[in-house]
Amino acid sequence: MPVEVRLPTVLRPHAGGQSTVVATGDTIGEVLADLVRNYPAMAGQVLTDDGTLHRFVNVYVDDDDVRYLEQLATKVPDGATVSILPAVAGGCGR
Amino acid sequence: MLRLPAQVYTEIVGHCLSGLPDEACGLLGGDPATGAVARCYPTRNLAASAKLYEVDPGQHLRADRDAEANGMAIIGVFHSHTHTDAYPSPTDVAQAPDPGWHYVLVSLRDSHPMVRSYRIIGGRIDEEPVIVGAGPGERAR
Repeated sequence: MPVEVRLPTVLRPHAGGQSTVVATGDTIGEVLADLVRNYPAMAGQVLTDDGTLHRFVNVYVDDDDVRYLEQLATKVPDGATVSILPAVAGGCGR
Repeated sequence: MLRLPAQVYTEIVGHCLSGLPDEACGLLGGDPATGAVARCYPTRNLAASAKLYEVDPGQHLRADRDAEANGMAIIGVFHSHTHTDAYPSPTDVAQAPDPGWHYVLVSLRDSHPMVRSYRIIGGRIDEEPVIVGAGPGERAR
């Protein structure tokens, strides 16, 4: 099932500058795998080498962060929008 | 260059002070082309720490949508250092999410807050001027 995926500015150059693309899948894992298939330069920035969600991004189905749902197994309902944003963190560290 | 309306500057510093003793954080909405900030989005620090910050992802999503709906974009992030300089730490540099963003540091170490801004590209840190009071009808200083 095709869904709309909103990209953060840092990933847009890998999709020809588009802010929104279409990817296919019934779960977040399938949608992200399709995204990386279509735009291979995103590999390693969205999913890790072992296929898990990269810790430097947050992924949402509509308003919900998938880390608090079923992560990559989270279902993507018909008509939902998937959003990817950078995880924003840091600090003095000491 | 980062342009902060006086109201936004006040919101940034106020949010950082109210977060003590922990670090505080938030996002900045504005024009990516000019570095003019129009809106401050204070967020929760999910790390709840005096050494680390993590912007609440749900608040980030809402801020991103609000900025886009108002013809802006999220163009930067601010956070406080409660007991160190207003300078990006190795943690800040390693986790800087977007080379196009402005990284605002607020040091609360001394008696007066110190606000500075940086670009962080490929691990390189460059300080940039901060102009306060660049909003409509405000005089730059």
